[in-house]
Amino acid sequence: MNLFCIGLSHHTANVATREQFAGGATAESIVREAGCTEALLLSTCNRVEVYAVSQSRISTDEIARCLMRKSDTDPHDYAPPFYRYEAEKCVQHLFRVASALDSMVVGESEILGQAKKAYESARTSGAVGPYLHRLFQRAFRVAKQVRTHTDIARGAVSIGSVAVDLAQRIFGKFSDRKVLVLGAGETSERTARALISRGVSDLRVSNRSMDRAAELAQAVGGRAISFDEWAPQCREIDILITSTASETPLLTPEKLAPMLRERLDRPLFIIDIAVPRDVDPGVNEIEGVYLYDIDSLQSVAEQSLALRRQQVAAAEVIVAEHVTEFVDSISRAFHPAPQTAEHASLGKNSLRTSEL
Amino acid sequence: VDRYLLIFSTACFLAAVVRTSVALRAGIFRLGKFNFLAIGLGFIFQTAFLSVRGHELGRCPLTNLFEVFIFLAWSVAAIYMLIGPAYRLSLMGAFTAPLVVLLQGFALLAPIDIRHPVKVPSNPWLEFHASISLVAYGAFALACIAGVMYLVQERQLKTHHLHSIFYHLPPLTDLFAAITRLLWWGFALYTLGIVSGFFTGHPLPRVQVGAALGVWLLYAAILQGRHLRWLAPTRVAALCIIGFSVALTLLWGITFTAQMHSLP
Repeated sequence: MNLFCIGLSHHTANVATREQFAGGATAESIVREAGCTEALLLSTCNRVEVYAVSQSRISTDEIARCLMRKSDTDPHDYAPPFYRYEAEKCVQHLFRVASALDSMVVGESEILGQAKKAYESARTSGAVGPYLHRLFQRAFRVAKQVRTHTDIARGAVSIGSVAVDLAQRIFGKFSDRKVLVLGAGETSERTARALISRGVSDLRVSNRSMDRAAELAQAVGGRAISFDEWAPQCREIDILITSTASETPLLTPEKLAPMLRERLDRPLFIIDIAVPRDVDPGVNEIEGVYLYDIDSLQSVAEQSLALRRQQVAAAEVIVAEHVTEFVDSISRAFHPAPQTAEHASLGKNSLRTSEL
Repeated sequence: VDRYLLIFSTACFLAAVVRTSVALRAGIFRLGKFNFLAIGLGFIFQTAFLSVRGHELGRCPLTNLFEVFIFLAWSVAAIYMLIGPAYRLSLMGAFTAPLVVLLQGFALLAPIDIRHPVKVPSNPWLEFHASISLVAYGAFALACIAGVMYLVQERQLKTHHLHSIFYHLPPLTDLFAAITRLLWWGFALYTLGIVSGFFTGHPLPRVQVGAALGVWLLYAAILQGRHLRWLAPTRVAALCIIGFSVALTLLWGITFTAQMHSLP
């Protein structure tokens, strides 16, 4: 029994190469064309990988040929970026991939969902048998354990998600929070949408152009406020997202401080994504006000990434433990002792060293 | 035997402190069950100690400064065990354990376990007064701990430097709500403690009454400032730390003075 993984990822191939192999095959077609016993295709924007089980060795070229979108292209052109992991290394690779240790953004959450989807699709088509079933179920368990027992997925790593994440750290639930979007730019719209998806129900939009404000308000389910009336809103709101094209700061400590006197016990979170900035940096000195401009959001994103990288070693330990345990358990399950001469080569050691 | 129980208890709390310190130094603080289990075990040993001492004395074990400190540490751990799960238990434990270690460590090392030459007769009102006041101190201690957590998080948010511990702290507004609730609980229990003091049948020493009223007024002022929104949350958090430091110093003073007076 040969267990192997053949693929290419952002580590080995650029997007132009990757796209030559993405979407050209299905798990079922690989089983049929390459002669595998079981196969599963994991195709995402950063990787195209085939996990397969076969009775005899199947070459990398053969799998590459199955994956190619255009049949007239010579697979040898693409052979170099392909990697191949066999037996225990294949198990380890899958566990690392599912745990987002091999991802472009370490600790990202999408890959686990994509792996689950790929498994479901292969299972439905009948391409997954007992071997890959066990392998992927264990991979999902490992990924969950890594996320639970390490900080690998802690902290947001993109500007928009950092803003939403910080807001959540300050306010907890968003259901009774009031948000004002000042300036109807694309980033502020994305941030506003993210806040709404997390439960914000009171969203106000203000823009120099009232039409644009009304348009955005309607799109996100909020209400438009005249640009002349945005400042007094600071007495009520909890979150201010600002991204206007103003050349001078719209909000200064002198303007804001008197408005906050009546709301001393409620924090105000200001996300200033405008360049030049809409909010005077001195505003951050006011008690209960937390001002984040584009640079500070970027800095928090970098800190989160650094934190995630610190967690890789701990995650690798969890992966290694599971690899050993899985290899042992799968060997026992598929090749129970005592082994006959006929099956001796399929024993525990065969998965470890394998010709595979 | 009872001192060994206390040493085991302190060792459990110390284990939680060491583990947290190592994690913080490595920059990879993570929530886990270890702290909660260590504190739980420490709490069991504390309870066993108080029970053994209580049986030995034939009354609530609050007859000297040593016992007062242990009872206070027990109150802190008990309130944490009760409310901890509501606010990310392990993290509050990470802040609670050092306080308990300080209280118990001091009690164990300082020569303050001075036994009364004659058996102190049981007085239910006096025992109720002393124990309920110490439970109130436990609530004030937890408010102080929540205040520290609030200020740590607030500082990190202001400076935009987020340590790994930041991601395990409860939301700022939830933490402030917790501080307020703990202050109210502590204040109500402390008021009950003071009132019950008038039913003990003993003449009340002026210094003790003055100190107790001073602490009561301090917390009343903090709560009033919070209620009328005169005080910003950071001030309330800082005052919780100051308030508990003052209360603890006065408690020490009161108990120490009482102990001196009761000795022949």
